[in-house]
Amino acid sequence: METTPLRDLNATLQAQAEATNQTAWEIVNPKGSHAIAVGLDAEIEVTVKGSTGYYCGGMNKLATINVHGSVGPGVAENMMSGTVIIDGDASQYAGATGHGGTLIIKGNASSRCGISMKGIDIIVHGNVGHMSAFMAQSGNLVVCGDAGDALGDSIYEARLFVRGSVKSLGADCIEKEMRPEHVALLTDLLERGGCDAKPEEFKRYGSARQLYNFNIDNAY
Amino acid sequence: MCGIVGLFLKDSALEPRLGSMLTDMLITMTDRGPDSAGIAIYGTEDPAISKLTVQSDTPDQAFASLEADLSAELGSKVHMRHKDTHAVLHIPRGHLTAARTALAAINPDIRVMSSGDTVEIYKEVGLPKDVADRFDLRSMSGTHGIGHTRMATESMVTTMGAHPFNTGPDQCLVHNGSLSNHNRLRRKLQREGIHIETENDTEVGAAYLTWRMQKGATLGEALESSLNDLDGFFTFLVGTKDGFGVVRDPIACKPAVMAETDQYVAFGSEYRALVNLPGIEQARVWEPEPATVYFWSHANSSAPTEKAA
Repeated sequence: METTPLRDLNATLQAQAEATNQTAWEIVNPKGSHAIAVGLDAEIEVTVKGSTGYYCGGMNKLATINVHGSVGPGVAENMMSGTVIIDGDASQYAGATGHGGTLIIKGNASSRCGISMKGIDIIVHGNVGHMSAFMAQSGNLVVCGDAGDALGDSIYEARLFVRGSVKSLGADCIEKEMRPEHVALLTDLLERGGCDAKPEEFKRYGSARQLYNFNIDNAY
Repeated sequence: MCGIVGLFLKDSALEPRLGSMLTDMLITMTDRGPDSAGIAIYGTEDPAISKLTVQSDTPDQAFASLEADLSAELGSKVHMRHKDTHAVLHIPRGHLTAARTALAAINPDIRVMSSGDTVEIYKEVGLPKDVADRFDLRSMSGTHGIGHTRMATESMVTTMGAHPFNTGPDQCLVHNGSLSNHNRLRRKLQREGIHIETENDTEVGAAYLTWRMQKGATLGEALESSLNDLDGFFTFLVGTKDGFGVVRDPIACKPAVMAETDQYVAFGSEYRALVNLPGIEQARVWEPEPATVYFWSHANSSAPTEKAA
């Protein structure tokens, strides 16, 4: 990244066709740059050797992106499919609005992790900050550590699994029973995320479905 | 959007390089704030003097006889260093208040950027690189410093709207964010007799801290109460004679990254600002928690990461 302009880098990665032979790419000296490896649309593997700034791996489709460092705000924002793995910590709104794919954060994620998630699976080995899974619509958020204030505020159908403490639950978010299908789902998520935590150690949280828009009489 | 940087040195061997390291960090934050830039730098203390940093839009005229005029008014020798639109006045220790009164009488158009024993504040309109060049910030040495690149949202792009803001002797504030109750708070503080010069929201934040400390609060207590009394978004970095402090509002949408090694504690709005610091690959890098006041102080070197209040 010290020698290659960001636009050239992203254009090269975005130009990789589905059947490309060159499937492994390495980005060195990222130096906290923004928007690294965004908008990828092929089954390639991209390794980033160092920490990045805003929006790394945004809008990802199919690609596997592994960051050997920490990431700034908005990692894997609006991801559609593929896998993004962060070895360090993630800043605010990791995986925001993600429609699909898997985001694995091996350190901690800060505030608003998984805000408005729409089908993405997010697995955090450490803690998440306040307002995580705010307005989460679908998908799964797994937190092996603790969650901050107002977890799952105004949540819809996403499932939240937290192993540690939850500082507080947001509006309309409640603890729910862990049925066998949830244990099976969580077992798979933990395996995909490379976590050695046991599913029985987690509690599940979701929507109480009591807010205004869950009442059919309020529908137009 | 604005950019904030700060550097607190633990290793005195780095002190001659403080200005150049901080300037690099500041310039990296140009795209967060290209309107204006400023820096507060804390130099080595000379127990015989205090410093006033002053600014004028017509410096050649305003500073021509200032050294002599102020010396005559105070009855003791004042030394002046002229740097572009700014000048640093070395005032015999104990005469700072008298010097400010005398300065206002000599030329009311000269603005005081900072006052204290070790702090010097330089700020101007323009790209951070150009501002740094004008004041030759790279050549400055010191123990710690903070800087700001401004993208104005709440008030005019002027020298007085640039950060840092001097909040008291050797104290200053830089801000990323926007305060939403600054008009009401400005009126309240003005009724309390606090001097506020501009329509800028951060100046109100700075004046608020000054007022709380005049009422007997410590800086840590003033920052704690700012969490209740200031409405809006803020990441504040506060410089003091001994170190610096950080506080973020409870929502914490304005970014902040810290890095700590055996040699320094560094603050940046983004990690990009920190990437060229020595040993950054091995540094502990983290984000300060929302609604939590942090302090690093040379006064208590055995516990450099003490948490205030």
